[in-house]
Amino acid sequence: MTVIRAHRDDQALTLTFVAEFDASVERVWRIWQDRRQLERWWGPPTWPATFEQHDFVVGGRSRYYLTGPEDEKSRGWWTITAIEPPHRLEFDDGFAGEDGEPLASEPPTHTVVTIEAAPAGARMTTVTTFTSIEQLERVVAMGAVDATRLAMDQIDGVLADDRRSPR
Amino acid sequence: MVVGHPGEAETDRVFHALADATRRDIIARVIRDGQSVSALARHFPMSFAAVQKHVAVLERAALVTKQRRGREQVVHGDVTALRRASRLLEAYEQIWRERAGRIAQILSEDREG
Repeated sequence: MTVIRAHRDDQALTLTFVAEFDASVERVWRIWQDRRQLERWWGPPTWPATFEQHDFVVGGRSRYYLTGPEDEKSRGWWTITAIEPPHRLEFDDGFAGEDGEPLASEPPTHTVVTIEAAPAGARMTTVTTFTSIEQLERVVAMGAVDATRLAMDQIDGVLADDRRSPR
Repeated sequence: MVVGHPGEAETDRVFHALADATRRDIIARVIRDGQSVSALARHFPMSFAAVQKHVAVLERAALVTKQRRGREQVVHGDVTALRRASRLLEAYEQIWRERAGRIAQILSEDREG
């Protein structure tokens, strides 16, 4: 896997992320289509995702939740707004309440996924647009949990060094 | 997957700051309106000092600022919205880097199996 490009647009609150995988376009499509595969990568290991519903058609609804280290659940939903197998997928992704129903007060993010053939195999581009900084903050707060592990290990390392050397 | 990009130390501070549920909750409470540390402390089953420590971590990551108002310290969400957007998008990019790593792992199992 190679990350080709990541572009952050601070004004439009958009992230474009491009990666290439050593696999066919059809195979990469399936990691989106098959909810059991999607569950293995959508949430970080410390907040794994469970997709209770995943209707992979235009207008189809997905319901999912992320389970935290203390068994807390954060619920979300998708509505698929465009689908052209195996090349293009668009969906809205929002927070849901305890009952799994979308929170009306929280507008969804919108993501466009394109998968194209590339010399290395398949090139996947995801463009995610947020509607507000507060929304971006919530998504990052949920998803950053696992990203921190590496940072935490590094911090632990620094702290251990501090303990070894007298102040 | 090895992840490395510029500004990593700053990103680390942001990730570390956001890694804790209490700190995420504190940010959510001070995004729109500032709150004093003592007002924040009433929301959490922990000591004033413990809340103060969480605020200090957020402050080091520049996610909040603290201002003195009389005898109180008032915590605000970081004022420069664009700067915050940039940092948050950076953190979100990291989420996608890790997702891509997990996808690659799943795809590599096809070849092993």
